[in-house]
Amino acid sequence: MGQKITIEPVTRVEGHGKVTIHLDNEGKIEQTRLHIVEFRGFERFVQGRPYWEMPVLVQRLCGICPVSHHLAAAKAMDVIVGAGTGEGLTPTGEKMRRLMHYGQIFQSHSLHFFHLASPDLLFGIDADPLIRNIIHLALKNRDLAVQGVMMRKYGQEVIKATAGKKIHGTGAIPGGINKHLTEDERDYLLNGDDYMDIDKMITWSQDALAFFKEYHKKNKAVIDGFAEFPSSYLSLVRKDGALDLYHGVLRAVDTDGKKILHDIDYQEYHRYIDEEVRSWSYMKFPYLKEIGKKTGWYSVGPLARLNTAEFIDTPLAQKEFELFKQYNGGKPSNKPMHSHWARLIEILHAAEKMKQLLNDADLMEGELVTRGTKQFEGVGLIEAPRGTLFHHYKIGENDMITMANLIVSTTNNNQPMNEAVNQVAVKVMTGKKEITEGMMNAVEVAIRAYDPCLSCATHALGRMPLEFELFDADNNLVQSKFKH
Amino acid sequence: MTGNHPKILVYGYGNPGRQDDGLGVVLAEEVARWCKDDQLVYVDTDTNYQLNVEDAAVIAGYDMVIFADASQEDVPAFRFDRLMPSAKTEFTMHAVSPGFILHLCKQLFSREPETYLLHIRGYEWEFMNEMTEKARANLHEAFVYVKAFISDFPRSNA
Repeated sequence: MGQKITIEPVTRVEGHGKVTIHLDNEGKIEQTRLHIVEFRGFERFVQGRPYWEMPVLVQRLCGICPVSHHLAAAKAMDVIVGAGTGEGLTPTGEKMRRLMHYGQIFQSHSLHFFHLASPDLLFGIDADPLIRNIIHLALKNRDLAVQGVMMRKYGQEVIKATAGKKIHGTGAIPGGINKHLTEDERDYLLNGDDYMDIDKMITWSQDALAFFKEYHKKNKAVIDGFAEFPSSYLSLVRKDGALDLYHGVLRAVDTDGKKILHDIDYQEYHRYIDEEVRSWSYMKFPYLKEIGKKTGWYSVGPLARLNTAEFIDTPLAQKEFELFKQYNGGKPSNKPMHSHWARLIEILHAAEKMKQLLNDADLMEGELVTRGTKQFEGVGLIEAPRGTLFHHYKIGENDMITMANLIVSTTNNNQPMNEAVNQVAVKVMTGKKEITEGMMNAVEVAIRAYDPCLSCATHALGRMPLEFELFDADNNLVQSKFKH
Repeated sequence: MTGNHPKILVYGYGNPGRQDDGLGVVLAEEVARWCKDDQLVYVDTDTNYQLNVEDAAVIAGYDMVIFADASQEDVPAFRFDRLMPSAKTEFTMHAVSPGFILHLCKQLFSREPETYLLHIRGYEWEFMNEMTEKARANLHEAFVYVKAFISDFPRSNA
């Protein structure tokens, strides 16, 4: 008799997800799926609202990454007010937004690495879930835990200084930004008290990379052999091929590194990318039209960005990028756990960028906003911490939104997460009679490598207990477990 | 301590763009207005969408902390509980509980402020700014209680 195992929802992932694993009579994996089970229509909600509200309004979507939505919507509105597509802003406007964005990347990546990923690495994925958290990380390595907390706080302070406030920040407006950085804010972020010091942030970013590389050296099987599968990768890159998290052209490469999307203007993204709806999930499945639904899917996020970029324009991160590329033979890495490595290189890059910007006089003076001829359609793209984020809007003659389409990072990673779950399930669950906590967590670790935000992807509030259900071949529930 | 007064923090969290989910944030804003008017310099307020690990560093600087949040549970207008450190992780670690923050504060910074959690009953959670009337009434009751609690606090604890 076959079995259907349901892990619902995935722990330490925002929102409500469910993993079902179907075993056949011999205990082999028949099928795995990552289901998204709640949906609220945010795109419909914004229709009929004035376009200038969008950068603030979209922050209602998610409490995890409001800054990314704030900036992506602002970039789309730049197009609508005739301020261009990321290159038409004043130097102050663009640099203040970049500082806000690097602050967001820095705090989000720090949270993921120190508080979601490192407990798995330090204690092992088979360890009791009760000890795989920051409290026990603090007991084992207090300095590492303090660094993680203060790095996260630093990023939040950068956001507060640039967006104006922590909730419903108003910094980015159509065509630019609404404030300069004050001298006090700059000095505090450059060399403030209580660890708020950019040089310390750079040093700690290097320390975190050293910690990871040391772990990698001793645990190659975990980092290199976990859920590897071939994938294509998509991200923004700067026109010269550099890693650029705020603006650029859209590039995709295949599993061998061959370009399959050739640095296109993202205003035209809908000519190249489509989204497939599948009956069993509310989250769509994006794919490259030219390649087709079956194999045109791609991964986004830190690993994808390092796989598409040719270099990094900050010296310390570039050095680490070279080591990363060298380790992977100059080809894209198809190892999901290398996402952690890539994320740490991006943390270092963001810290270096913040230092450059904090020393740039343009942040403290100069024109804030630029305008041009009004347009009726605009697309804003940004590399959010979790990957490429698309905001696409149309407006009517009365300035109200008539169409909105959002493709969030987690949606872009829908198929790759399904692939990763399948890889792990086949490896650790085949032929097993009992489903252990360690085995279930292995599936979750694979998903967590993508740092998904299901709340964002499904636009749900998402506060659910963890439920585990076991069904037999006739769909009878034979076991049910909850985690709160 | 600020003079004779213990340093107090009122920290509201939630998403004001989702109706009653913003109850904690609005309460903190009301407390901030009251403290400004009455020049209560020993009381600070803070707000955020949700609590996260860096808040352990924030509360480490206070003697008493009140976390305020909207509640979906079937409580009366509000509930006010003393909070103990808790190592229990939430289902999602993109956000953490007030008890977890207190525990982390103790582990990382060797500080354990006297901490309370104020749950204010909410009813609707859609993509709207406007709170429900019932939630507004609960907010008012909770505010009156918190105001009295803070006003009495220095006399009993300073």
